[in-house]
Amino acid sequence: MSDLAKFRAEARAWIEENCPTSCRGENSFLPDMVWGGRRQTFEHDDVKLWLDRLIEKGWTVPTWPQEYGGAGLTDAERDIVLQEMSAAGTRSPLFSFGIAMLAPALMEFASEEQKLKFLPPIARGEIRWCQGYSEPGAGSDLASLQTRAVKEGDEYIVNGQKIWTSDANLSDWIFCLVRTEPQASKHEGISFLLIDMETPGVSTSPIELISGASPFCQTFFEDVRVPTSHLIGEENKGWTVAKRLLQHERGMLSAYTRGARINPTEQITKFARRELGDADGRLTDQAVRDELTQLAFDRLCYEATLQRTMDAAEAGKGMGPESSMFKLYLSELGQREADLRQRIAGRHALVWQGEDCPPQEKELTRGWLYNQASTILGGTSEIQLNIIAKRVLGLPD
Amino acid sequence: MQMILTEEQELLRDSVASFAQDKCDVGQLRALRNQMTGPGFDEALWKDAAELGWLGIPFSEDYGGLGLGYAELGIVLEELGKKLVNLPILSSIVMGGGAIARGGTEALKTALLPGICDGSVLSTLAYQETNRHNPYFVETSAEMIDDTWVLSGRKVLVLDGTDADHIVLLARSSNGATDRDGLSLFVVPCDANGLVRKRNILLDSRVAATIELDNVKVGATTLLGRADEAADIVDLVLAQSAIALSAEMLGGIQQAFDTTLEYLKLREQFGAKIGSFQALKHRAARWFCELELTRSIVMKALRAIDEGSDDLVQLASVCKARASSAFHQSGKEGIQMHGGIGVTDEMDIGFFFKRARVTEMLLGDAGFHRNAYAALSAY
Repeated sequence: MSDLAKFRAEARAWIEENCPTSCRGENSFLPDMVWGGRRQTFEHDDVKLWLDRLIEKGWTVPTWPQEYGGAGLTDAERDIVLQEMSAAGTRSPLFSFGIAMLAPALMEFASEEQKLKFLPPIARGEIRWCQGYSEPGAGSDLASLQTRAVKEGDEYIVNGQKIWTSDANLSDWIFCLVRTEPQASKHEGISFLLIDMETPGVSTSPIELISGASPFCQTFFEDVRVPTSHLIGEENKGWTVAKRLLQHERGMLSAYTRGARINPTEQITKFARRELGDADGRLTDQAVRDELTQLAFDRLCYEATLQRTMDAAEAGKGMGPESSMFKLYLSELGQREADLRQRIAGRHALVWQGEDCPPQEKELTRGWLYNQASTILGGTSEIQLNIIAKRVLGLPD
Repeated sequence: MQMILTEEQELLRDSVASFAQDKCDVGQLRALRNQMTGPGFDEALWKDAAELGWLGIPFSEDYGGLGLGYAELGIVLEELGKKLVNLPILSSIVMGGGAIARGGTEALKTALLPGICDGSVLSTLAYQETNRHNPYFVETSAEMIDDTWVLSGRKVLVLDGTDADHIVLLARSSNGATDRDGLSLFVVPCDANGLVRKRNILLDSRVAATIELDNVKVGATTLLGRADEAADIVDLVLAQSAIALSAEMLGGIQQAFDTTLEYLKLREQFGAKIGSFQALKHRAARWFCELELTRSIVMKALRAIDEGSDDLVQLASVCKARASSAFHQSGKEGIQMHGGIGVTDEMDIGFFFKRARVTEMLLGDAGFHRNAYAALSAY
């Protein structure tokens, strides 16, 4: 048996032995999604048990070195673990901005001391992180941010305001872009700081969106004292760290539906058949049918492109800034799909609240409203087009 | 099958690309569009293509082919498509030859395929009767009288029909005009008594013929597959033709894009390169996305032909619809971004617009394929 085949057999056996049955297969949709952090509570003991066992095994972050809380696996071994978990239908143990976004930047830019301090609690899901990038005056033009950090001895004094900090009110720490050198050109004077949300002077307030309550917050900093040891990378070189992190964010956003079990167009087709009726097996509404087919085609082409990219990456011919294309296309496609679905729902799609509307319809309507943000967050569609035009097509400034 | 080119495929691409660079020129379409007699393509180029072995790519070695597949033929079509090359590859290799390879008896294959592979015999497929693509609408009649098939009717838009040595003809041997059942395919020599051909030069300088048959008699051995049951063969041949055409279109899309992108970086107005204007940058970026999506589905569909995939017909619809809309957009954006000179005959970009127009309708436009796909997917 090859080493990998042996590893697969061991992984399978370990999952079989350690994953509680309530965390697998159809049962895996236990309601509490685990984001970790100081305020994490568990409605189901098994969910905690499964997480604890994975943490102990190092499999919340399989490829990280053991000293940072990982299992030191190779990419091939990690793929096997994920395949086996997926085959067993196990629930995702931990969702984490710390793992997906911050950690790759720490691995690249942090000192050894900082890695040992910050990475293990991320791996164990003990600290929940949020992102402090955008400001009221710095959205697409992120580099114009104004939150100020002034060095005083071995501390920075931070003053300013961040916006769109997802789940800031539930998070323990925030990774933040701050201006440390106001005289420099705008990309030059930025630094990357890690701030404990419990520090005096940090406060948050939730933002209400067009869809109602949302995970987004504003976060305020008033004379917040941050040890200089929490600076990642060099002072005034934070933009480099930030850019790397944004790439991970875009990758994460476009990967969301990659493993989706449900094909959106099939789902809408089923819904359309129920709502609009069919004749001889065909949808009676030709306009809906044509639009639906166009969406099905576009999704197939998108998926073929993802597949091609993965095949190319495997063969060592990776894509670069083309990743902007995926975020752009998927967010717009998702909006078109949701929009058609809502138009098929008709009057149900118009209810904000009330007595005569199925509750899931109201939820979908709120989701449709919320989804308007998908072409804005993580870099607007227009910013993605700028990136493609500049970096891929080489068009002049 | 992985959606990347193998080393051999990359070599093939490079060799076709350098051939096209040396020997092919979009400008040759200016001469071909006025050539009312003689061949509708460059015969020397055809000879070269045959000598390089490209024509035999998808056919078995038993019949003089190379025993490769559509993943490879697609590369040839794409690279030649970049130069808008007019060669009867789609008509003779993919459509006529493809039908014979799929449905022909051993005797027919042995008799015809070696000539098709070496380019000495030109085949084509005559299926269309209505102005728009509607493959099951067939009124051309096939009647068996004294062991002989008697064929009468009229076929339109037969690609390279005036140059072909024989046509693979779709005719109705039973049932009514729009039925899927009751169709039969015949190999009909173009010098048969009662067969008349009329030549049309299309917008893109490609030649297509109208073919009239008045009691044309052919023997029982010219039948492909079984009488009345040709629809299964036709579906597959039209599917692989739509995919192969999409590969050719992909080349046109890529070249129109590259040419226009270059122009955006050169042309100056208001004291700046026009490629620095965001209005054009964003359009170019969106165009790039459409191009990449088209490339992906074309690669997937070409490989599906080689794998004998079950959903080939559906996939062909996805592929052709995408190629049609992307090429349409490419032609239009190409002209628009070139500005005034974009609509002059002096510039080549107009030929891409014209080729886009013809190919987006050939073998079914985007609307046809959306409807066909929806019907096959039962919605």
